[in-house]
Amino acid sequence: MDTTEILVTLGGLGLAAYVIWYFFFSTRHITTAVSGSGGIQAVAITVKGGYSPDVIEVEWGQPVQLSFYRAEDNSCSEELLIPDFSIRRELPAFQTTLVELLPQQAGRFEFTCGMGMLRGSLVVK
Amino acid sequence: MNTSAPETTTLDIEGMTCASCAAFVEKSLTRTPGVQSALVNYATEKATVQYLPDQASPNTLKEAVVKAGYGVTERAPDTSAADRQAAIDKQKAQAYQQLKRRFWVAVGLSVVIMPLSMLMLWPALMQRINMQTLNYLLLLLTLPVLLYSGREFYASAWNGFRHRAANMDTLIAVGTGAAFLYSLAATVAPGWFTNRGLMPEVYYDTTATIIALILLGKVLEQRAKTQTSAAIKTLLGLQAKTARVVRPGGQEIDVPIEQVQLHDVIVVRPGEKVATDGVLLEGTSAVDEAMLTGESLPVEKQPGDPVFGATLNKTGSFRFRVTKVGADTMLAQIVKLVEDAQGSRAPIQRLADKVSAIFVPTVIVIAILTFVLWFDLAPVESRLPLALVNFVAVLIIACPCALGLATPTAIMVSTGKGAEHGVLIRSAEALEKAYQVNTVLLDKTGTITRGEPAVTDFAAAPGQDAARLLQLVAAVERQSEHPLAAAVVRYADAQHYTALPATDFRAVAGHGAAATVEGQTVLIGNRRLLTAEAIALTPELETHAQQLLSQAKTVLYVAIDGQGVGVLAVADTVRDTSAAAIRQLQQQGIEVVMMTGDNPQTAAAVAGQVGITRYFAEVLPQDKASKVLELQAEGRTVAMVGDGINDAPALALADIGLAIGAGTDVAMEAAGITLMRSDLQGVVTAIALSRQTIRVIRQNLFFAFIYNTLGIPVAAGLLYPVFGWLLSPMLAAGAMALSSVSVLTNSLRLRGFTAR
Repeated sequence: MDTTEILVTLGGLGLAAYVIWYFFFSTRHITTAVSGSGGIQAVAITVKGGYSPDVIEVEWGQPVQLSFYRAEDNSCSEELLIPDFSIRRELPAFQTTLVELLPQQAGRFEFTCGMGMLRGSLVVK
Repeated sequence: MNTSAPETTTLDIEGMTCASCAAFVEKSLTRTPGVQSALVNYATEKATVQYLPDQASPNTLKEAVVKAGYGVTERAPDTSAADRQAAIDKQKAQAYQQLKRRFWVAVGLSVVIMPLSMLMLWPALMQRINMQTLNYLLLLLTLPVLLYSGREFYASAWNGFRHRAANMDTLIAVGTGAAFLYSLAATVAPGWFTNRGLMPEVYYDTTATIIALILLGKVLEQRAKTQTSAAIKTLLGLQAKTARVVRPGGQEIDVPIEQVQLHDVIVVRPGEKVATDGVLLEGTSAVDEAMLTGESLPVEKQPGDPVFGATLNKTGSFRFRVTKVGADTMLAQIVKLVEDAQGSRAPIQRLADKVSAIFVPTVIVIAILTFVLWFDLAPVESRLPLALVNFVAVLIIACPCALGLATPTAIMVSTGKGAEHGVLIRSAEALEKAYQVNTVLLDKTGTITRGEPAVTDFAAAPGQDAARLLQLVAAVERQSEHPLAAAVVRYADAQHYTALPATDFRAVAGHGAAATVEGQTVLIGNRRLLTAEAIALTPELETHAQQLLSQAKTVLYVAIDGQGVGVLAVADTVRDTSAAAIRQLQQQGIEVVMMTGDNPQTAAAVAGQVGITRYFAEVLPQDKASKVLELQAEGRTVAMVGDGINDAPALALADIGLAIGAGTDVAMEAAGITLMRSDLQGVVTAIALSRQTIRVIRQNLFFAFIYNTLGIPVAAGLLYPVFGWLLSPMLAAGAMALSSVSVLTNSLRLRGFTAR
């Protein structure tokens, strides 16, 4: 093995390890929904290549209002699915779409794009 | 003390620039008298306000916002679902046009780049052309493809990377980006390559062609996708735009549908759409309800009958009173139900979901390892190009598009198709359950039978005029409120006999009724009535009555002026379509079981009539659910079909519940599938549709998985040592573009589904 091969091998393995860590193991920021005076837990989510924030904590039994602002026109994010609440919405580009739901049991509920590639989750406590 | 109920309104706030503005608006709204709560969302620029209508109004709320220094945008009068959909459609159409433009730019440039890149295959030509100049020319031609046509891939990949989310764009961006950067280096610094004994090869053709091919896939995908969601659009399009409202003075004016209010009276002429849901007041007509129920024959409507928005008035003109508007109407509920079903995930999708969550990062790792292995193992002079080409091929072939589309597209087409046939599927899970059903449990009354008594036989004593007799009987029964009397009146009306007036009507509780018609005393009732009045029957009538009783029918006796002159048999009749539907279910290998509260004799008669061999008789309403359990204990997957509120527990307990008739909300809530039309044909349609859908989903998943599992090793060069096969990145791009299109096309085959 020459020096170039050793460098390429080490570089490749290092890169692969970084990809695995970055996508699967790096820590994620959790956002807690703010309860307004009307008892509605509101969270604003920006959709641009993913959801930010992508982990949202809400209280059980109180209505949740998620406002998705889609800040891109990439077709990947045009659909929003929250299967556990039977919600499917089209998110028009550069517009805010309101999604309201009432979490009636605790747990972790995923929301994804139409193809399940972009992911976020609603943690009901 | 205040007694009015609080109301909630939403205001669109203008002019907020930061979160503290939102807090300020919220505070000034909260301080407005009559406001109970206010919530201002800065991101959505909306205020949700709960107020007491006798102390505050939308106007005072607006004033409060303006006083705080902000504005309120006037909203269009409640945009209808159809308008919203139209706005989304318009935006989608624009995006589609743009996508097509980007595709054609990529195609146009690729067809120039490809032949130019191939010049190097002809050594004679190469000697006359400066390679350096050619590479720069190719670079110039590729840049627009990259920056204009492919821009979205790079932007999306970057945005995704920042969110630790990777999608198909990530793979395309990394793949084409790597090919382009390598080519760029070879163009700008060819000396670096030649000094190391490498040919400064460029892959501009690969970059441009991959982008063109992936865009082709996207164009085709977008076109097919619009067809999958066509069902809801069609449903929304059915809505009437205006209604002709009768004002208190009798004046008729056309108003937009949004302005129609509860209790308005609306006129509908032949050929017009019924504007919203209501109850018919005046006039009769035949109404085509196929769009809601799938029933192909027009339904006769008389005063008192319900009419539904979006249905088509065929023959007569009528007036109806509005009972439901907006989101409460049947059409809106159907749209909601279909939308919900389309948003749900089928259990069969779970594997695909799990795979797609880890797919892209895994593929990137495989691609990196492919690069390393080729670099380490290939001959030194070709290791870099080979490593690069295989790295790109792995990334491009592995696009998980088809995997993500496999289930949702099939569910979308099939739930829409179901609605067209009057079969409302609540969730993708219900659809999947219906597929597994091998036993259908039918509630007799209202399901197999019509659920209301009808006259099945009528016999007059010798020498009596049967028509005249029926006229006299109907005159008495018209005064009665008994359900059996209604059956007699319906029977007489169907023969188009003129109604006669009756006087001195008296109902004899538990026996029957009597009245004077055209001077004759007419009695109608059961055997007890005859005995009480000491009336004898002729032997012929007596024999006839015995025969009818043996068929488990209810017999009514008729006497005129103290003489027994006729018998009528009343029974709950089997629907015309029941026997055929049950036969079709049995042909599909499904066992059909019946249950009823009736005695075994009646149960046997009905079961025999429709070809059912197994039945439960004398089942009390509270025991219906246990019959479901009994069948499940035999290891069967049970579909329960029922209509009434008392069926709800059984519907919920069954593997899949099918509620017949949209009337009872409780049954609908408990059921996974609702059949709008009141007959068993819907059960056949629902099961057939679910079987076809699951078949399509399985094919889709097979295509998607097999394609990736075979594609990746080939692209990585696994077959190279054995057969010398490598997958060109351009071929990978072509195959990848076709994969999602083939999955979509397969799902669209469900549009051809027809109920037998």
